[in-house]
Amino acid sequence: MYTGQRVKRVDARDKVTGRTRYTDDLCDRGAYIARVLHSTIANGRVIAIDTSEAEKVPGVVRVLTCFDLTEKHRFPTAGHPWSTDPAHQDVADRLILTDRVRFWGDDIAAVVAEDEVAAAQALRLIKVEYEEYPFVLDVQQAMEEGAPQLHEEYPNNILKHTQIRNGDYQKAIQEPGLTKVEGWYETPVVQHCHIENFICYAEAEGERIKVVSSTQIPHIVRRVVGQALGIDWGRVRVIKPYVGGGFGNKQDILYEPLCAWLSLRVGGHLVKLDVPREETFVSNRTRHSIRSHIVSWVRPDGTYAARKLEAFSDQGAYASHGHSICAKGAGAFPQLYPCENVEVDAYTVFTNKSVAGAMRGYGIPQAMWAVECHTEDVCAAIGADPLAFRRKNLMPVGYVDGFSKNEMYYDTFNQCLDKAMKAIDYDRKLKEYQNQTGDIRRGIGMAVFWYNTAVWPIALETSSCRMVLNQDGSFQVQVAETEIGQGADTAFAQMAADVVGVPLDKVHVVSCQDTDVTPFGTSAYASRQTYIAGFSIRQTGLMLKQRILEYAHTLTRMPVFNLDIAEGNIVRTTDGRVLMSLSELATEALYSLTDSRHITAEGTYQIKSNAYSLGCTLAEVEVDIPMCRAKLLNIVNCHDAGTLINPALAEAQVHGGMSMGIGFGLMERLIFDEKTGRPLNNNLLDYKLPTILDHPRLVAEFVENPEPTSAFGTKSLGEPPTCSPAPAIRNAIFHATGVALRETPANPYNLYRAFTAAGLIHDERQVAQDV
Amino acid sequence: MYDIKALYEAASVEEAIALLQAHPQAQIIAGGSDVLVQIREGRRAGVELVSIYGIDAMRGVTCDDDGTIRIGSLTSFSHIAGSPIIREKIAVLGEAVSLVGGPQIRNIGTIGGNTCNGVTSADSASTLMAWDAIVELKGPEGVRRLPIQDFYIKAGVVDLRPAELQTAIIIPRQAWEGYHGHYIKYAMREAMDIANLGCSVNVRLSGDKRVIEDARIAYGVAGPVPMRAPSAEALAKGRPVSAATVKAFAKAVLDDIHPRDSWRGSKVFREHIGVEMAKRALAKSIELAGGALDG
Amino acid sequence: MAKQYKLVRCTVNGKAREVMVDVRASLTDLLRNDFRLTSVKKGCEVGECGACNVIIDGECFNSCIYLAVWADGKDILTLEGLEGPNGELSDIQQAFIDEAAVQCGFCTPGVIMSAMEILNEGRELSDEEIRIRMSGHLCRCTGYENIFRAVKKTMMKRLEAKKGQ
Repeated sequence: MYTGQRVKRVDARDKVTGRTRYTDDLCDRGAYIARVLHSTIANGRVIAIDTSEAEKVPGVVRVLTCFDLTEKHRFPTAGHPWSTDPAHQDVADRLILTDRVRFWGDDIAAVVAEDEVAAAQALRLIKVEYEEYPFVLDVQQAMEEGAPQLHEEYPNNILKHTQIRNGDYQKAIQEPGLTKVEGWYETPVVQHCHIENFICYAEAEGERIKVVSSTQIPHIVRRVVGQALGIDWGRVRVIKPYVGGGFGNKQDILYEPLCAWLSLRVGGHLVKLDVPREETFVSNRTRHSIRSHIVSWVRPDGTYAARKLEAFSDQGAYASHGHSICAKGAGAFPQLYPCENVEVDAYTVFTNKSVAGAMRGYGIPQAMWAVECHTEDVCAAIGADPLAFRRKNLMPVGYVDGFSKNEMYYDTFNQCLDKAMKAIDYDRKLKEYQNQTGDIRRGIGMAVFWYNTAVWPIALETSSCRMVLNQDGSFQVQVAETEIGQGADTAFAQMAADVVGVPLDKVHVVSCQDTDVTPFGTSAYASRQTYIAGFSIRQTGLMLKQRILEYAHTLTRMPVFNLDIAEGNIVRTTDGRVLMSLSELATEALYSLTDSRHITAEGTYQIKSNAYSLGCTLAEVEVDIPMCRAKLLNIVNCHDAGTLINPALAEAQVHGGMSMGIGFGLMERLIFDEKTGRPLNNNLLDYKLPTILDHPRLVAEFVENPEPTSAFGTKSLGEPPTCSPAPAIRNAIFHATGVALRETPANPYNLYRAFTAAGLIHDERQVAQDV
Repeated sequence: MYDIKALYEAASVEEAIALLQAHPQAQIIAGGSDVLVQIREGRRAGVELVSIYGIDAMRGVTCDDDGTIRIGSLTSFSHIAGSPIIREKIAVLGEAVSLVGGPQIRNIGTIGGNTCNGVTSADSASTLMAWDAIVELKGPEGVRRLPIQDFYIKAGVVDLRPAELQTAIIIPRQAWEGYHGHYIKYAMREAMDIANLGCSVNVRLSGDKRVIEDARIAYGVAGPVPMRAPSAEALAKGRPVSAATVKAFAKAVLDDIHPRDSWRGSKVFREHIGVEMAKRALAKSIELAGGALDG
Repeated sequence: MAKQYKLVRCTVNGKAREVMVDVRASLTDLLRNDFRLTSVKKGCEVGECGACNVIIDGECFNSCIYLAVWADGKDILTLEGLEGPNGELSDIQQAFIDEAAVQCGFCTPGVIMSAMEILNEGRELSDEEIRIRMSGHLCRCTGYENIFRAVKKTMMKRLEAKKGQ
């Protein structure tokens, strides 16, 4: 068995020798270089663009502006499966270049040049004349009457408003003896910051256009490039090489349509569009900033009588993934702490900011920030122990969600909390840190998280797999689920080896994907790779095995039901005798003079299930009050992701997710200038991504309850680790200082404000006068 | 590929001066960690550059017989931090430059570049300021030496005349002997960051370690250029080593510093942190000097 | 205006090289484009991420903010130079595989070169020192945890081997 083992990554050797080819490594050096001209206003219209000076720069091939886009095909950018029902299609609100500017950084023109210096020079020489409109950056201000309108079709800038009404909230709050606890909780705009920037290149191939892109979703890119160019989708070929991280940003169509269009406008010549780091913050995607308002009515026995959530999700200027993100968080609210009477109002609202899209956790880190900060506030208000309160109120065993049919099969929350508490020595520290008074204080806090696996029943869930047997008994595996750094290929190889019965090195997962060759699928998102591909790998593996055994029957005359494949050999199950090796069989199959067959298998599996993936974070902090600093001392995540396919890679993935959660909790935020709408810190110096020195040791723990719906007992793990660190850190700071932060990150600016408001520190000049 | 119009490489100080005279529009590039970034941003696109990176004579730390410490302007931060002379005599300078950027930046970044760009956040500058460093400049007219405080004119502007380059930073014996100091960098992360505020303090205590004979304090980002806090220094001089002195010293910096409001931090926030840094840096300096604070 | 070139003679991964360099080129450009050493990655091009880190005369530099002409006379080592002639992996490369310190792999080449600089010192660094020396890299996949483990384990192995001699 390879599943469950800590096998080495199948791509590790190439990655530690520098042999792995990413998009830029593959691009021919003769490519033209494309650069995008971004608007320098946040809202308005381009009146005119003067490209005459830019065109004079030696080396400039073409300067194309929004006015050169004669055929306007609006397209959606979300990396969602397409819907054949127009009512469920993603909002098509983008153009390849636009004259109607909706955020600082909108794409209004592009330069194609022979080299990057010429392209940069030309960009600086383009003169743009704008008609400026007022703009709005705040999500709730954007909903007010008279606010600047971004899209005519969406009055009050509301992209979507959804509701949940369970029980009777109004009636329930009349119950005598209830304590009302209310709070506002806010998360900032943050960015994915994969170390490989988004990059793509395009060139004509006959009557078709080929796009090589650093994407999570090649088949979706193919469809959208077709939509954007107004050509048949089959005329587009998309190739995904190795990808240097995606985290959801590359689960969006970024510049593939523009790059393809530019190539076609310069005669099909190879054009490369390599987005500079600074622009990835502005004109790629970000994480939605969500402002949440929660009201809870708590009974004297510490149970919930009624609860209400209003969430305002800042979409930025274009729809991208839109309301799906806010809706996912809103959907989690009634489930995590079940309560009979619940009202939820979720709004996704356009503002004149960079476009928000998918990002690791897909709305759940924001929702867990609100919910788990609030849980702590509830405990403080009613004097409950945060651990006991959670144990009492969290989703119990046997809970079934009516919509997804997800079931709480195990006592996962208690198991995870117990394990994490032990790892961090919770009970001792909790006691030790009571009643501190000095400048420097320690605290310990917790947060749980709710997540699920894949998107059923909201969207199509299928996985296709192809296996092709080689002469030596090895075989290729192709699935549409993409390797983007998470280790998917390794997990697939482990699964395939087990199902077919061959040594791991006999499985070759085809990592580079090509929509001309790779089976159809919608690819890497929703932490679904291992879960979804598991079904089709199992199904196709069994199909391949059946065909091999059928051929073995012709060679051995043994009945198929007495044959099996083990460690790459055809074995008779009745006496365990090895009849022949798979390689002998495969060679014979391909070259037989009497019965030659090319043994392959291919199939699609439709997945009509989903699975909870749950867990918690425990965090310990040291707060230096006068210096307005919170230092993370210890942090433990514990997950129930079902049976782990590869514990070593699972741990590694949890570390990475925790790291992103730590950044979200302590450091990261993208700031926009109130006066201009311009992002102020759109680079890796000013945007504070954590370094190795900003982390304590990261501890990843697991509870392995096999998931009953899963082909290999496994379920999602990619996004879950990011969901709970930030509120756990916040609750630890609360424990240390008594100060309940409303806004993440707990960086010095926010701590200064909160500590000043709480009277823990004072204005120095005021104090100086008092002395 | 950088948008550079022309590049002239100098192998000696004299050659650099001649090249700067021949190409009056040219800018000096030392390690390039600032200049190249600015070219890429477009701020200096199309420049002519005189590269002095190859002038090895401008590298290294030496100590003369009379106790004068001389740091060649092209000495990298990591080489300053690793220098036995610095470790023994002005350890705090090594500590301060070890907080610049990350390890690779400390290998390319030079102390000359860090001071000549006139940036208030430079981690080396406040410490040099607090140790009465002298800047040595060489140009067509010969050699000039001036106190580092006078070298800074305003944000981004230093007293560097046409065709002149900074060749060394000098710290005379009387400026370091008997002093012990501490630098605090206040930034948003533990590495790869620029200071939101930097504070460098050093003291000389009396023989019995009970009196502060001299205290010097300088800040980065408390004003447009690195600056001393003379009111605080005057207050501490001659005072007994005590918690009360430390507190009064720290409060007094408010008479001197004037940080501004920006998205990197509000004025009141920086003032608050500035006072706390002064307190902690002085207390630590006293401890390093062998003094003990009461209570 | 005519382009300006300079003849650069340097050693790259143990081999003497001679190349005409456009004076506008960064060392990243030279290594990636002229020598096709594509382990040298572009992540920010301003010296903030460490993906382009290489060793020059024994010290680590972000090659994106290092002019290619400065390479004249220098001894440069990239990740490609760590592999033996028959594809043997160096101890630190093997440790990155064993400790699952590799995920997307994009920061990996630069990170391994910083690890090499540390290991070449041949002394025992404290955990804090290792962290400080590795702090010039941004990684979004690993949380640095397994990177730290790989570096520390390799350091300890080398020190033990030295003791044994």
